[in-house]
Amino acid sequence: MISHPIASIIGILIVALSLSAFLIWVERRLLALWQDRYGPNRVGPFGLLQVLADMIKIFTKEDWIPPFADKPVFVIAPAIIMVTVLMSFAVLPVAPGIIVSDLNIGLLFFLGMSSLGVYSIVLAGWASGNKYSLLGGLRAAAQMISYEVFMGLSLMGVVLLAGTFNLTRIVEAQRGLWYVVPQFLGFVLFLIAGVAEARRLPFDLPEAEAELVAGFHSEYSGMKFGMFFVGEYLGITLISSMIAVLFLGGWNGPWLPPLAWFLIKVFAFLCFFILLRASLPRLRFDQLMSLGWKVMFPLALANLLVTGAIVLAKK
Amino acid sequence: MLSVIRTIWNVFLHSFRRRVTIQYPDEKPYLTPRTRGRIILSRDPDGGERCVACHLCSAVCPVDCIALQATEDENGRRYPEFFRINFSRCIFCGLCEDACPTYAIQLTPDFEMSEHNRQNLVYEKQDLLISGPGKYTGYNFWRVSGVQIEGKDKGEAENEAPPTDVYRLTP
Amino acid sequence: MTNPMEIPFFAAGAVAVIATLLAITRTIAVHALLYLIVSLLAVAVVFYTMGAPVVAALEVIIYAGAIVVLFVFVVMMMNLGAQDSETERKWLAWRAWIGPAVLSALLLFEVIYLVVRAPVSATIGSISTPKEIGLALYGPYLLGVELASMLLLGALVGACHVGRISRSGREVQQ
Repeated sequence: MISHPIASIIGILIVALSLSAFLIWVERRLLALWQDRYGPNRVGPFGLLQVLADMIKIFTKEDWIPPFADKPVFVIAPAIIMVTVLMSFAVLPVAPGIIVSDLNIGLLFFLGMSSLGVYSIVLAGWASGNKYSLLGGLRAAAQMISYEVFMGLSLMGVVLLAGTFNLTRIVEAQRGLWYVVPQFLGFVLFLIAGVAEARRLPFDLPEAEAELVAGFHSEYSGMKFGMFFVGEYLGITLISSMIAVLFLGGWNGPWLPPLAWFLIKVFAFLCFFILLRASLPRLRFDQLMSLGWKVMFPLALANLLVTGAIVLAKK
Repeated sequence: MLSVIRTIWNVFLHSFRRRVTIQYPDEKPYLTPRTRGRIILSRDPDGGERCVACHLCSAVCPVDCIALQATEDENGRRYPEFFRINFSRCIFCGLCEDACPTYAIQLTPDFEMSEHNRQNLVYEKQDLLISGPGKYTGYNFWRVSGVQIEGKDKGEAENEAPPTDVYRLTP
Repeated sequence: MTNPMEIPFFAAGAVAVIATLLAITRTIAVHALLYLIVSLLAVAVVFYTMGAPVVAALEVIIYAGAIVVLFVFVVMMMNLGAQDSETERKWLAWRAWIGPAVLSALLLFEVIYLVVRAPVSATIGSISTPKEIGLALYGPYLLGVELASMLLLGALVGACHVGRISRSGREVQQ
């Protein structure tokens, strides 16, 4: 089942983009379910065409750049998030043979791209020329840098066990036992760091509607706002896929075809992210920072140390 | 940490709860008869207008949305010459219904009064008057009150003693 | 230059040089930082084409992804305005940059001379794996790694001290 790379590129692009658009509907319906409501159910069957209606609206809106904004940076910022997230999908092993680029350093590539994604938020906040957006950008910079550190560290346990940075080989190494069992702490840490990297509740401080009036994207409208919006959903799709690949054995699983297993795992984590949004309140910024540096970071280091010691002892 | 997990679990349990939303245009909620909605003017059981144009409703109205002009017919019955309620200002507080001495003005459970043109929300008397007695079926103000009209002299109302002849001095 | 595999290398190198020049000459600090990011990414591509993918990834993660973010963070906090970019423009007078430019040009000529005299292939045959890098770091370069870690520990302790919060909740007065 080896397919052509171009087919993989186009397939993954289309699936990722349409999945993230579809996610907007899924999120609204699930949030409604957990709040005892219905959510959008008027446009089309089960409200499925609501996304289409929103897209039409967002495409036809005036694409306005405020006069006090820094125009070139303002335009570049939403593009950065789309590019970095979509680039990360390139190293994602969806199923045997369905991968755009089987890089040897796939995991590092993913970390690099997710660290470049910060620029989108920070620059958007700065270029808007608005104090609330600036605050959102500052928060994003501090938050993403802090959480990136132990996001990388929490993955190193997996790397130690698998002995490679190559994502396909990490998946193949989990044929017997999924890494969620030996690396449970790493799994939890990566989950929390992933939520923070995707700027989802309870870590959505950069946008915080209640305090910062949408933070870094308050000045954005039309398709530029749409890019941030879709970028966020692409981001959580990416994080869910990464969790599935790194900790839940990717496409491994009995009876069903590999692709189905992968999609089931990804979808389960997407639902979990939405459940987190439905249930947890937003943290205060100092709580976020102390959680990151005083709890998560030492735990990630300890996890790495213990895993390293066990791997050494087994040899 | 435990409380966070418990919160997540409790929220997850909501996926099995009944939804509280009522799909409004498709399924209508039950509204009790005393719901305060569109205002009407009711009639006596015998078909006459109940309103005696006392202006109490327009005086008590906090948003001044009621306007009327009193007049009198040839039988001595007072009635409003015009009666106008501007529903674009009305806040459905129900004070007019409380103030009304004759049960003429009443609030109904109907609230679906959307209009494209604001002017269409100004209801005149012919729009407000209904043909029945509304919530108080047996009540007829002119039978109860001691006011003299044609066909009912003084002392002929319900529970009313005949008028005293002030020129008779015998006790 | 005859090898088509070397085209990405030279292209990335050219991008790096141009982006660095633009980073120096921009008067708005954030724009300069943007060009600096582009320059670092180009350097990462250079590393990749030279067969060091791990170094390339680390360049992106650490330099472009973390250190320059801190630069941007600080620049954003300083709230630079039109006045500052005017000052920058004044500082970019030719008297200011002619001296360093001449000295760098001398270095550039020296490098060109060396390259022309003993041509080296841009793409090195072997691709260094994470394992090799780890063995090199904890083998021959162990002393350097330990020294760097001591330095970082010192910086960490210093940062902890500066950011310390006293028991009453306020920052410690220095």
